Amino acid sequence: MSDSSLARAKQPERPERPERSERSEKGAATLLKALGPALVPGAAIVIGFLVGALFVWQQGKSPATAAHAVFDGAFNGREAFGRTLEKATPLVLTGLAIIMGLKAGLFNIGAQGQLIMGAVFSAYIGFRLHGVPAAIHIPLALAVGALAGAAPAAFAGFLKAKRNVHEVITTIMLNSIIVGLADWLASRPWRSKTAAFSKTATIESSAAIGRFGKLPLGFAVAIAVALVLSFVLAKTTFGFRLATVGGNRNAAHYAGVNVASTTIKAMALSGMLAGLGGAIETLGVLGHYEQGTSSSLGFDGITIALLSKLNAKATIPSAILIGAMRAADTKLQSNAHIEPEIVSVIVAVILLFAAAPVLLKWITKRVEGDGEQHGLRLTSGWGS
Amino acid sequence: MNPVGTKPHATNVALLTNAPHATRWKRWVRAMAPATIVLVLCFASYAWDGRQTTAVLRAAITFASPLILCALTGLVCERSGVVNIGIEGQLLAGAFVSFFVSAKYGVFWGTLAGIATGVVLGLGLSVAAVKFKVDQIIAGTVVTILCFGLTSFLYKQGRVIKGRMPTIKIPGLSKIPLIGDLLFSNQVITYLAFVSVFVVHFALFSTRWGLRTRAVGEHPSSADTAGINVNRLRLLNVAAAGGLAGLGGAFLSLQNASTFSRGMSANLGFLALALMITGRWRPFLTAAAALFFGFCKGMAAQLQFKQVVNIPPQFVNALPYVLTLVALTVFSAKVRAPAAAGVPYEHEG
Repeated sequence: MSDSSLARAKQPERPERPERSERSEKGAATLLKALGPALVPGAAIVIGFLVGALFVWQQGKSPATAAHAVFDGAFNGREAFGRTLEKATPLVLTGLAIIMGLKAGLFNIGAQGQLIMGAVFSAYIGFRLHGVPAAIHIPLALAVGALAGAAPAAFAGFLKAKRNVHEVITTIMLNSIIVGLADWLASRPWRSKTAAFSKTATIESSAAIGRFGKLPLGFAVAIAVALVLSFVLAKTTFGFRLATVGGNRNAAHYAGVNVASTTIKAMALSGMLAGLGGAIETLGVLGHYEQGTSSSLGFDGITIALLSKLNAKATIPSAILIGAMRAADTKLQSNAHIEPEIVSVIVAVILLFAAAPVLLKWITKRVEGDGEQHGLRLTSGWGS
Repeated sequence: MNPVGTKPHATNVALLTNAPHATRWKRWVRAMAPATIVLVLCFASYAWDGRQTTAVLRAAITFASPLILCALTGLVCERSGVVNIGIEGQLLAGAFVSFFVSAKYGVFWGTLAGIATGVVLGLGLSVAAVKFKVDQIIAGTVVTILCFGLTSFLYKQGRVIKGRMPTIKIPGLSKIPLIGDLLFSNQVITYLAFVSVFVVHFALFSTRWGLRTRAVGEHPSSADTAGINVNRLRLLNVAAAGGLAGLGGAFLSLQNASTFSRGMSANLGFLALALMITGRWRPFLTAAAALFFGFCKGMAAQLQFKQVVNIPPQFVNALPYVLTLVALTVFSAKVRAPAAAGVPYEHEG
């Protein structure tokens, strides 16, 4: 019998054996219940920051200074907050891309590459078309970016559905290929005539996504997409089909769901979201594509997805959290003299504990998880 | 593909007993024929242009060595029923630790420290995946992300490794033209990589441990019934196999580059998994796939260098990935992973 079922079996016994601390335990239990779904991610975040503080302290620097620098760089003033939202925008979308895949039981680790596709192709539309009104130019560039991201993902989905090749492997291969393709595009045919290093030409002003005051409008797009996706996943037939395939491919097949086509569609949509993230990054932040645009956005998307427990709406606060740390990294370096890579360590620790509630349980011993003892289940071997 | 269809029982038997339908010597012929053809082609090419042939083949062996080590890590893990996609992290951390230990205590201890790092990370992964039954893909991803974060954060510039990875020329054998140069005068870790292919093959198919490992990876409940402690064996195998990836890391930082740089593993760990699948979870086939990959890379580099064809370097770099993708697409439909790979085992009763 597993630990989890033991723990569950024990619970009903409690009222029969009154203990001195019963009331306080009951109080704690209601509190835990009220915190509900935020408990595991919340604890993961706290532990992540504690570990981060430990590393900062170990390097002989003050964690308080570091915390202050993060606050200063991420939230102090509209400009800082705008920067945080700017960093959060692609994170929301890559997070949604990962969620989209995971709902159908697919681990799209290639969000990175799909995002690059979106970034470079939207840059092309952005600088190539002249004299187009913004109302056409921006949506067109966004659409092309999204489609460019969907293409490799759909290919990976096709290989998974028809040729039985695991999506983790194919999307990683595709990542390397896409990086090569994008670098070539930015250094040869689409290269800016004036730039000293290889980057694409700057987009026309009609393609640029502006700001509302200091706040980036791209973030509004991300929120809208998150809400729409949340609806699609929860309330539509397509969302139900995805969940069925994600739950059990064989059962879905028996129930008459076309597993192959659902797999391809799910991957394509996932890539589309990542591509959209890349497009907004190009049109709203950078204004061009250059090498290394998205150093770790794909992997951050995984963190966001797990932190939000595959809840599309929850990607927004999760992305703001990670985005804040990314926005603050220059301040972290200049004010507190701490290598900004500490953020990656914190993110990894958060991911570890968010992904494995059982580890939290192991540490706290007494705190009940919220029903998912083993966290997410998405591995089904390479073959199936 | 029929997602529901049960796989024929025959394939299970074939995987467990290493193709019983072919006699021993038929199998030898089947294995040696392609090897002989490759060898003949190599010598023909050597006779035609010695310098370039040597350069390409040497590059092939250099590229293949860390891939072989990582692919063997993945192979042992999956044969025991655990999908390990944390190899990338083990490789990077192995490179990191072995570099900084070498800077202080020399190459020998550096290499050992690299191996130990791989084992420790493997242990962490297996405790999470086997004991706590965290999803294996997520556990592996966490290992990778954690290693990227930690190695970038802790990296300090300006260290130099003490000593060099020794080159060993095997007396006599290293005098053979071409082969002697390529196979018998290498640096230590290259030898270790190729020796481990033989060791893993022998251990997996000819020892009690190997039979148990394969049983645990194919049909854990039967193995359990036969009295094997499934989870303990998985725990030990995943931890031990991590040592190979750690050694691969030592290859990168001590032998190949003589330095450490952030993110130097450059997706090799993931690539190794693809090669393992292409090699059908068999040590020799996997090594052959890795060598083929290395050959493509070496060939591309030579073409680039000699300006024979004017292909942009980005495409040349992407070519091996394209080829691996093609190979996967062609071969993958027919191959079958160890049946229990990725599935946690719950002891019943």
